[in-house]
Amino acid sequence: MLKYLVKRIFWMIPMMIGISLISFFIMHLAPGDITTTEANFNPKASQESRQKLRELYNLDKPVIVQYGLWLKRIATLDFGTSFASHQRPVFWQTKDKEGNVTLGMIQEALPITLLINVLSLLLIILIALPLGVVAALKQNQLPDRTITLFVFIGFAIPGFWLALMLMYWTGVQHNWLPISGLNSIGYERMPWLAQQIDTLKHLALPIFISAITGLAGIALFVRNGMLDVLNQDYITTARSKGLSENRVIYGHALRNALLPLVTIFGLSIPGLIGGSVIAESIFAIPGMGKLFIDAVNMRDFPVIMGILTIGALLTLLGNLLADIMYAWADPRVRRGVAQ
Amino acid sequence: MKKVLLSNPLILIGFAIIASILLLAFLAPLIAPYDPDAIDVKSILLAPSVQHWMGTDGLGRDVFSRMLYGARISLLVGFVAVGISTIIGIILGAIAGFYRGWVDTFIMRLVDVMLSIPTFFLILAVIAFLSPSIWNIMIVIGLTSWMGVTRLVRAEFLSLRNREFVLATQTLGAKDARLIFTHLLPNSLTPIIVSSILGIASAVLLESGLSFLGLGVQAPQASWGNILTDGKEYIQFAWWLSLFPGLAILITVLGYNLLGDGLRDAYNPRSNQR
Repeated sequence: MLKYLVKRIFWMIPMMIGISLISFFIMHLAPGDITTTEANFNPKASQESRQKLRELYNLDKPVIVQYGLWLKRIATLDFGTSFASHQRPVFWQTKDKEGNVTLGMIQEALPITLLINVLSLLLIILIALPLGVVAALKQNQLPDRTITLFVFIGFAIPGFWLALMLMYWTGVQHNWLPISGLNSIGYERMPWLAQQIDTLKHLALPIFISAITGLAGIALFVRNGMLDVLNQDYITTARSKGLSENRVIYGHALRNALLPLVTIFGLSIPGLIGGSVIAESIFAIPGMGKLFIDAVNMRDFPVIMGILTIGALLTLLGNLLADIMYAWADPRVRRGVAQ
Repeated sequence: MKKVLLSNPLILIGFAIIASILLLAFLAPLIAPYDPDAIDVKSILLAPSVQHWMGTDGLGRDVFSRMLYGARISLLVGFVAVGISTIIGIILGAIAGFYRGWVDTFIMRLVDVMLSIPTFFLILAVIAFLSPSIWNIMIVIGLTSWMGVTRLVRAEFLSLRNREFVLATQTLGAKDARLIFTHLLPNSLTPIIVSSILGIASAVLLESGLSFLGLGVQAPQASWGNILTDGKEYIQFAWWLSLFPGLAILITVLGYNLLGDGLRDAYNPRSNQR
């Protein structure tokens, strides 16, 4: 297990170098250089901040040197200072003379997005798992057909449209749920429990929207995984041993069908993070997605680069976590790799 | 082929949906009752009626006409973006699967790296550095979605590479290019087509999402995504502005998915048991 772990962690180094190369390349996509042409989009990019940016990216030096310095910079997660707010994009806390602490922008936004994603993953598991199992057990019968139809619609429905419709229905028409922001006015003066309920009410729609878009894939995956496993010899063995059908399905089949799900969750992290852009910008939730889209609209390059890199790192970490969990759950994996 | 199409009603439904949308988009200038960009201040935000089947928007433009022209954009973006990603995928996948060794390792690592960057962030970042236009959108979607095809082509090539007919051709002295283009590629075509059809579905979704965020097709050019953006502004008084484009996207994507998925099942003997 340890050997597998070490190997798997070393594996991340070339990946990180690749990510840094790609983000470096994107930065140089802009016609001219990023401090001259495109930054004009941003009214807040003063001459001074452009000069700073030029120094930050060492644009007067040869490309190889630029890349080396860029690599060194992102290794310490230093992405410069936002054009718009003069905050640090990533995790750097700054203290002013009066001792007020300003958090890094991602430091503020990340927990919110993580909270939404974790809760929506829970919701996905809660809904998709039973759906997939039922569909597999009633293969080609009415429940299966209904669930498959639902899966197809789930794949095709544009998340932002669903968000808009739900926002209209629950927020505007019926006034059941708040439609924007993270907290109501007067949040600070509420008791603790009311605060939690208030936040949860604000997050209910975004969580539901991100769950819906991921739900279909997971349900289909569970269904097909179950069908595969149910055809295996050890299921026949379990049945012929005289185990009850419940034991066979929940004790033998489901546990094996669920194994690859761990990997799927790891792989779905970039989609979830990316999907947060739409839900957060519609509901004005100050998470990573909103931060990113605002930065894109303002051409706030330091923040864009910071989020892009952090997003990729988070994905790598998520995949690492998924692989470790998979190896932990399935001895075949770690032995196979250790050989 | 005919048998395959008829074997599964879902393929037929998908095919019918796509064919009708193609037809509507193609004939848009003939069908559209109004100029999609004509502003009419006397008929702002009219509800659907006989004159305006899908109502009018905040500038008095006919939503049905804009939807028809928007269909052209959606289909164009889907086809071109997937064309780009499929070509890249075939080239890289063929090189990786045919030559194996360090080239293969390199290409597969590149795929892993690309997959680890959240695609939507990547696209948005690139568009921030370039500028939003329909051509940039197509190129960027194409350049960020070739990873699946690459993996697929590589896997096909790896499994075909040691088949007898390939080895026989090679023994007869066929050049690499001949092997790749006349033997390996034609035999991998079905899964490539299936994945392209499914790819168009996600490209349509991506484009509408980008246009919705204001970073895709730019006004006044109509796209389903940016009609929806207007819809968001007027959601309290004009439900038709949000309902129709959303339904159009849903139906189009559903059509491609039904077609792609149905074809995959029809051609893949393993899934026949389903």
